[in-house]
Amino acid sequence: MSCAQTIADYALRSIGFGERLLPRTDFTLCQQFTLIGSGLIWNLYFAFLALFFGFFLANGLALAKASRNPWLRKPAEWFIFLFRGSPLFIQLFLAYQALVMLPRAGIEIFGFTVETSWLTKAWAGALIVLTLNTTAYAAQIFHGALMSVPRGDIEAADAYGLAGWSRFRRVIWPTMMRLAWPSYTNEAIFLFHATTLVFFSSFPAFRQNGDSLYYANYFADKTFNPFVAYPIVAGYFIICTLILIGLFGIVNRYLNRHLPGAARRLRYRPQLMR
Amino acid sequence: MADMLAQCAEPGSLQGLSWLMCYLTSGKHMLFYGSFLTVLALLAITAPIALLFGFGGAVASRSRIPPLRWFGKIYTSMVRGVPDIIFFLFVPIALDQGLEWLRHQVYCDSDAPVRQGNEFIVCAAAKLPLSSSPGWVHDTYGFILAVVAFAIVFGAFAANVLYGAMQAVPHAQLETAEAYGMNSRQVTRRILIPQMWVYALPGLSNLWMILIKATPLLFLLGVEDIVYWARELGGAKSSAFTYPHSDWRLYYFLVILVFYLLMTWCSEKILARLTWRLSRGQATLGGEAIRKGA
Repeated sequence: MSCAQTIADYALRSIGFGERLLPRTDFTLCQQFTLIGSGLIWNLYFAFLALFFGFFLANGLALAKASRNPWLRKPAEWFIFLFRGSPLFIQLFLAYQALVMLPRAGIEIFGFTVETSWLTKAWAGALIVLTLNTTAYAAQIFHGALMSVPRGDIEAADAYGLAGWSRFRRVIWPTMMRLAWPSYTNEAIFLFHATTLVFFSSFPAFRQNGDSLYYANYFADKTFNPFVAYPIVAGYFIICTLILIGLFGIVNRYLNRHLPGAARRLRYRPQLMR
Repeated sequence: MADMLAQCAEPGSLQGLSWLMCYLTSGKHMLFYGSFLTVLALLAITAPIALLFGFGGAVASRSRIPPLRWFGKIYTSMVRGVPDIIFFLFVPIALDQGLEWLRHQVYCDSDAPVRQGNEFIVCAAAKLPLSSSPGWVHDTYGFILAVVAFAIVFGAFAANVLYGAMQAVPHAQLETAEAYGMNSRQVTRRILIPQMWVYALPGLSNLWMILIKATPLLFLLGVEDIVYWARELGGAKSSAFTYPHSDWRLYYFLVILVFYLLMTWCSEKILARLTWRLSRGQATLGGEAIRKGA
């Protein structure tokens, strides 16, 4: 079987298209590269959507944590403590067990039946957990940045007659993003790497549609050889991480464009947060 | 106590609170409680080893000898691009096969290759641990492999932190030491290493938090840790004959969640205190704040 044929069969295997059966014997390098790369679709799906939704939620949560109103502040603090203080792995297990307990037939609300079974699938359930998790971490970062917005900036905004929403929108928020961005890049990388946990917690890989580490683990188990499949998945992740750093670097340059000489290269320090 | 044990011999006849007491003190539950100690042991053993690895990595990446420096740089940067879970899955198997391969070269007579198709074959004498060893040897071996995997990954993280901390020690302090006539080894030992900790502490505290939150991954390495027992005991099937109950895994995981929240909460308190202690008399913002407050 040629490599082109393998790619045609397995390139979209992880999302349910192409050849139904996974290779069982005579594993070729081409098969391993194709299937593990196919699984990467799931990692990118989880990372992209969780970061997208998490970004907006985290902004709201950071403001709630900075609020003077205890009814807003306390829940925000508890939420952040809960998700930052416990392992993501346990959160995924717990969420799955809780979602499985929902009634199979759906919940009746005002005469409508709300389906619940889709929540136990990885694409929805794990995405929710990952989103909430990154929301908590990012909110902590954004809150820290909000607290370090220079007072002079705010006084200058007051002097220009800016107040309320327009002051936040034009002065505080851009500075907050600029200060938070290096740490937020770090968080995005951590979250992207954490997507590999999904199919190792309780969430089942429906019809063996798994992520890249799921397939790498499959090959390593079948061939008893960890020295091929794991380096392949590691290589994919290095490439994706570099692309991620590049994309976040573009945003960083945009956020710092008004500062002379500040469009520095984004330095990724993995120990900053989490 | 003896009363209770006698009572628990017939779980079918028990009800209410006494049923729960007997259930929670069953042999398997004792193993579950013991597995919390496994997690704490992993933390206690891994943290110092990882710190040592990290120190080695940081010193290596500052070395003047190019191959050593390249090794240090690769080691410190490997965790940046690759998820730690991949290392946790890879290192134990790779290490196990590597050791068995070495023993195969020494103890086995056959010249047959260890890899035959999809099999990894070594002779009985080269097996690790030997198939005749008792169960606890197998468990300990698995645990040691897990510790090594954790130490390598967190050593790389720590190397990042310590490398940054060494760069952060004010240059003037090192130059002053040189002006006093210390050679480079003395500067490193007497000034650089004692002074770097205050700069390393925020990174190391953060790392400790990450380490705590990585411990449930022991489950993936086949160690019988708290996640393993929570799944085992919570499932409806495992105790269907002695203590039948429905699927309680949710509650077991809630217990684990609370355990981790307590761990991280306590660690945060202790680390905050440690930061305060180390900041005293330092030329940092924190140190300045303490000086003014005192």
